[in-house]
Amino acid sequence: MVASILPLMVDEITLRRGGRAILGPISWVLDGEGITVVMGPNGAGKTSFLRALHGLERITHGQLRWAATPEVVRARQAFVFQAPVLMRRSVVECIAYPLLLDGMARGEARLRAAEAAIDVGLGHVLNQPARVISGGERQKLALARAMVRRPEVLFLDEPCANLDGHSTREIETILLGARDKGTRIVLSTHDLGQARRLADGILFLHAGRLVEAGPKAALLQAPSTTEMKSYINGDLLL
Amino acid sequence: MNDILLGLEQAARLIVGLDPELFEISALSLQVSLTATVIASAIGLPFGAWLAVNRFKARRVAIAVLNALMGLPPVVVGLFVYVLFSRAGPFGVFGLLFTPTAMVVAQVIIITPIIASISHQAMRELWADYHDLLISLNASRLQRIKTLLWDGRRALMTASLAGFGRAIGEVGAIMIVGGNIDHATRVLTTAIALETGKGAFAMALALGFVLIALAITVNLCVHFLSRTERSGRW
Repeated sequence: MVASILPLMVDEITLRRGGRAILGPISWVLDGEGITVVMGPNGAGKTSFLRALHGLERITHGQLRWAATPEVVRARQAFVFQAPVLMRRSVVECIAYPLLLDGMARGEARLRAAEAAIDVGLGHVLNQPARVISGGERQKLALARAMVRRPEVLFLDEPCANLDGHSTREIETILLGARDKGTRIVLSTHDLGQARRLADGILFLHAGRLVEAGPKAALLQAPSTTEMKSYINGDLLL
Repeated sequence: MNDILLGLEQAARLIVGLDPELFEISALSLQVSLTATVIASAIGLPFGAWLAVNRFKARRVAIAVLNALMGLPPVVVGLFVYVLFSRAGPFGVFGLLFTPTAMVVAQVIIITPIIASISHQAMRELWADYHDLLISLNASRLQRIKTLLWDGRRALMTASLAGFGRAIGEVGAIMIVGGNIDHATRVLTTAIALETGKGAFAMALALGFVLIALAITVNLCVHFLSRTERSGRW
């Protein structure tokens, strides 16, 4: 049994860029199971928050405390970007790439990558160049690549932005399947419907601050802040 | 115009007649320039990628110097290598002056900055694409450089071919360090300079056409072998 990297204690983190505070201070605890949806209008700080949790942003103040060493934490979490980063390789080679970084033999890595590709419905484009597949397939590739290392925590930054309904449903089905297998998921979206469909818990960010946090039912049915109420009602948040 | 036509005719005659001297100097031209290109690529390509991936204090200065070195005057490089390899120079004991090895050294010095600079430019753009992904996947510095080199191999091939093009057409440096010695260090460019000096313009042009044909053939071979066009959409 491998020890968990959770809980993650987010302790008063702040991000400043060019002398301007873009996030925080935010305190929160990432623990347990399920899908946490980070919501908020454009510019709320959702992407910066996820990137900070994943370690892609340098935190100005505060700290992140995982329950494992930095090496273990880095190996057991993954990130899916809003715009999938596509390597100049075939689909199966793109998915195998993280395994090759871990030192896995090429043959074994390709085999596992092919399985991961088939799991997300990319079996028909395994040997095609990653850069020629469709938008939905690109996001599925990014998802397969992130999950091929079997991470304990998966961060996704607006994974279904710009996707059609069919592709969105496929991605959501994959995410629900990953959640059911025990992957702890944190994803950002400003799609209220997606939050309703996927979330177990919700964080609501506005202007770089964590405004509300809690279980989905409580937050969506009885928000306690005017910002969250306005957001749910579809009002502009200024 | 007449000289050009005569040159074309003579070039055809030399090639069809399998002129042994032409083949000897063409082979030496290829040998020297390809060797220099391989060595310069081995140095310049990883250096370009390293420069793209790493952030350090003097990085901007290093890039500016590298770009400036692309315009190194071959005659000055030749002179520099001559001094190094001359009998009184620090490497005089090796007796390399007026040998193909000295010509390779001079060409490596001339084309390494070209290959490194073009490589850096290509790798910088690829690194901008890959940065977040490779950091996120926890790739080590060495793994990042290897990944950039592999995924950017087609752009890097262009860098190497640019270096080869400069090397095969270079005359100033190899004339100084090679000496244009018949059956020893004579290559196409130095032979052209010699024939021009003698006033044999048709022969000089004939060799020039052979040189151009050789450079185009090498480029076509590399493109064909690496299937650039067929995989262009990557």
